[in-house]
Amino acid sequence: MIGLIAMEHAGYIFGSYAVTLAAIGGFAWRVVRQSRRLADQVDDSDKYWC
Amino acid sequence: MTTSAPTPSTATPPAPSPQAITARRVSSGTTATRALGIATVVAMAWLVAFGLGFSPADRDQEEAVRIMYVHVPTVWLAYLAFTVTAVCSGLYTFSRQHSLGFDRFAGASAEIGVVFMALTLVTGSLWGKITWGVFWQWDARLTTTALLFVSYIGYLAVRGLGGGHHQRAKRSAVIGLLAVMEIPLVHWSVRMWRVGHQEATVADPSGDVKMDGLMLFSLFVGVVAFTLLYIWLLLHRSRSLAMADRLDDHGLDRALAARRSEGITS
Repeated sequence: MIGLIAMEHAGYIFGSYAVTLAAIGGFAWRVVRQSRRLADQVDDSDKYWC
Repeated sequence: MTTSAPTPSTATPPAPSPQAITARRVSSGTTATRALGIATVVAMAWLVAFGLGFSPADRDQEEAVRIMYVHVPTVWLAYLAFTVTAVCSGLYTFSRQHSLGFDRFAGASAEIGVVFMALTLVTGSLWGKITWGVFWQWDARLTTTALLFVSYIGYLAVRGLGGGHHQRAKRSAVIGLLAVMEIPLVHWSVRMWRVGHQEATVADPSGDVKMDGLMLFSLFVGVVAFTLLYIWLLLHRSRSLAMADRLDDHGLDRALAARRSEGITS
């Protein structure tokens, strides 16, 4: 762990992983939240995946 | 002693059973997508472990190579997403049925591709700061990548212009089929204009992969993790778009019915 923190350019390297994970996590959360909201308003008969 | 039963008009409606509530709350998820979601999270954890921990530093790039394990998979998946958009746009345009399902897959894939492309630009600029000393250079690879990103922002903007579902599908299919032609330009820009960006290491036309085994494995884990994520997002987003279209149709039906009833009563 100490080796990771002491890594050269650690800010940029950790930053790239943090930005990537935050962006895909945020996008996935938005997609799921939107689909749940829409699912409450649409009949199950209209959901072809059911 | 007499008891008066409540009349039907004043009785409160029975509360829906828990089974009915559960049945109404079927979202865009299925057992398969849940399993896929779990596999994606596990693969992402592996990517972080191998990318930041187990993988060695590179001889030339040193620690900066760790950014490649997220940068390269995001650009590959963005290419894949935009190619899927083009294929689905073509299937919508040239098939007899003109199925809106193809259009929704095209739109969902483009949205995911834009997110991945944005991440490519961000992680690439962080890598550039370490390697070149600057976040951005107006060289051919970076400029064509930015152009590709802006093109698909435009594609999404056109999808949001309004109109009927088939109008939206036709308009966006044209852009989807044209914009995909930029991908070969981006990919081959390094060779065509001899820019500062390095050439392909794994997808080298000669097939000679000059990478350490653990580094190659870390990159492979990244590609697998982002591919699983792409499929999971594509399924959820396309289903979400299908529900949104269905709601639009219902809204239109209700508006037409209301208009007809107004015509009858007036």
